Amino acid sequence: MRIHPRYIQRGAVAILGSATLLTILILIFIIFFVLEKGLPVISLHFLTDNPEDMGKAGGIFPTLIGTILLPLLALIIASPLGIFTSVYLSEFTKENNVTKIIRFGTDCLAGIPSIIFGLFGYIFFVVTLGFGWSILSGGLTLAVMVLPTIIRTSEEAIRAVPKSYREVSFSLGASRWQTVKKVILPNALPGIVTGVMLSIGRSIGETAAVIFTAGSSLRIPTSVFDSTRTMAVHFYILAREGISAENAYGTAATLIIAVLLVNLSAYWLMNRFIAKRN
Amino acid sequence: MENKINTYKKITVKDLNLYYGKFRALISIELEVQENKITALIGPSGCGKSTLLRCLNRMNDLIHGVKITGNVFLDGTDIYNAALEVAALRKRVGMVFQRPNPFPLTIYENVTYGLKVAGMHNKKKMDAIVENSLKRAWLWEQVKDKLDHPALGLSLDQQQRLCIARLLAVQPEVILMDEPCSSLDPIATMKIEDLMMELKKDYTIVIVTHNMQQASRVSDYTGYMLLGEMIEFDVTKNIFTRPSKKLTEDYISGKYG
Ligand SMILES: Nc1ncnc2c1ncn2[C@@H]1O[C@H](COP(=O)(O)OP(=O)(O)OP(=O)(O)O)[C@@H](O)[C@H]1O
Ligand SMILES: [Mg+2]
Repeated sequence: MRIHPRYIQRGAVAILGSATLLTILILIFIIFFVLEKGLPVISLHFLTDNPEDMGKAGGIFPTLIGTILLPLLALIIASPLGIFTSVYLSEFTKENNVTKIIRFGTDCLAGIPSIIFGLFGYIFFVVTLGFGWSILSGGLTLAVMVLPTIIRTSEEAIRAVPKSYREVSFSLGASRWQTVKKVILPNALPGIVTGVMLSIGRSIGETAAVIFTAGSSLRIPTSVFDSTRTMAVHFYILAREGISAENAYGTAATLIIAVLLVNLSAYWLMNRFIAKRN
Repeated sequence: MENKINTYKKITVKDLNLYYGKFRALISIELEVQENKITALIGPSGCGKSTLLRCLNRMNDLIHGVKITGNVFLDGTDIYNAALEVAALRKRVGMVFQRPNPFPLTIYENVTYGLKVAGMHNKKKMDAIVENSLKRAWLWEQVKDKLDHPALGLSLDQQQRLCIARLLAVQPEVILMDEPCSSLDPIATMKIEDLMMELKKDYTIVIVTHNMQQASRVSDYTGYMLLGEMIEFDVTKNIFTRPSKKLTEDYISGKYG
């Protein structure tokens, strides 16, 4: 007997819908779990006080600083590098074996576990270049880690700019660089910004790559050569060493809120940008 | 009227061949485009009309794997000569595309785009050019109070005329049009056709069209293409009333395909 397409469609929609529901439920569960345990801990003092007794008591102020500084440094280093690379790859090269290898390479890099980047950062930045456990080493390592993602998302965004815009621009006598500057980058910007913000969101929560390169000092850093501790590392140490489960959840909740804020502002920025253009 | 003595050959195409990779899309094309006339290219889908048109301002250079042999002379200079600057050529030989394609910018910014990339900054001068170009494209009255509005808010045929204005702003000598009316309704199409008749007083126009009535209405010369070859090229009246080739006649009378 032949099943009517309408029923098949209903079945398909049901499956797709439940998959979506499940995903969202898991997500909500995780977030609620952490927030439920962590939110009661968070207070102004928790955010602005220095930790006492290795974090058993007191606040997490230095780790807030570390969590802002490291991704910020990574952002400053990685986004120009990544965006320029993607512009070069997509607009100034013809598709050939070299570009294919570069793409394959970035894809591979994007899939490498972060602890490997941590190891690399330790050997290269901390030891070989002698930057020690420092904000600089950590930021550079994070930059290297998010670079492939920024390159690929920027490239996608650039490719999504309609071909006709390029054609018109060239047909009006614009050079390739003028076309990139005036047409392609402005139109790809929302996508590029989203990609950058999402990878920064990822680097905010990064632990393995940072603990080997930025160390875990709880002092407030005074230069880029000082060691620092991020919230993720702080959480890891608190939980792992059994110092304070309560403060660990407080840190985790703060971290989640920070990542959510970054992502939300990414979307807000993007929407504002799109609204402005139309 | 077509046989006026003072005709001047603006563009001469000699033995032009174009390969997309191994595929030969244009086969020994010969073509002469007269100044201040409208030359139409007709033929079935895929015969190479767009490809030929895009050869005239080297837009095919942008496509990977294209190889071109032969010559295209503009005012006697070979545009495929290595010494020639492509951007300068494209300013002289501009293009209107099939789908209206204004940038997602304001109306004003669209018209000044070509001026800005050419290095113009003078606001007064640009204002004057914007007004003049929009007037020439018969759009000024509709948009003069909303120059700072997004171009994508215009209707399709207004968008197409904006694209024409954007082109006129860079003062081209030749205007290439690739099925400029195919996304427009009949009334908008008429408007663009009238506009073309007006523009040919100052510009040389080459138009690709699927619409044979359109070719016969607006053009002075018509070329019929088939499978990459220029089957017949003549004064439009001749092509449509007494074509010399059987293939042309079949196509004109609708026997093709
Ligand atoms: N970028 C390309 N790469 C490979 N082949 C192409 C490319 N562009 C066009 N062709 C081929 O070249 C031939 C001519 O194409 P062209 O677009 O010039 O035809 P056309 O006469 O403009 O057709 P239409 O009326 O459908 O627009 C077609 O067979 C087409 O498949
Ligand atoms: Mg075509």
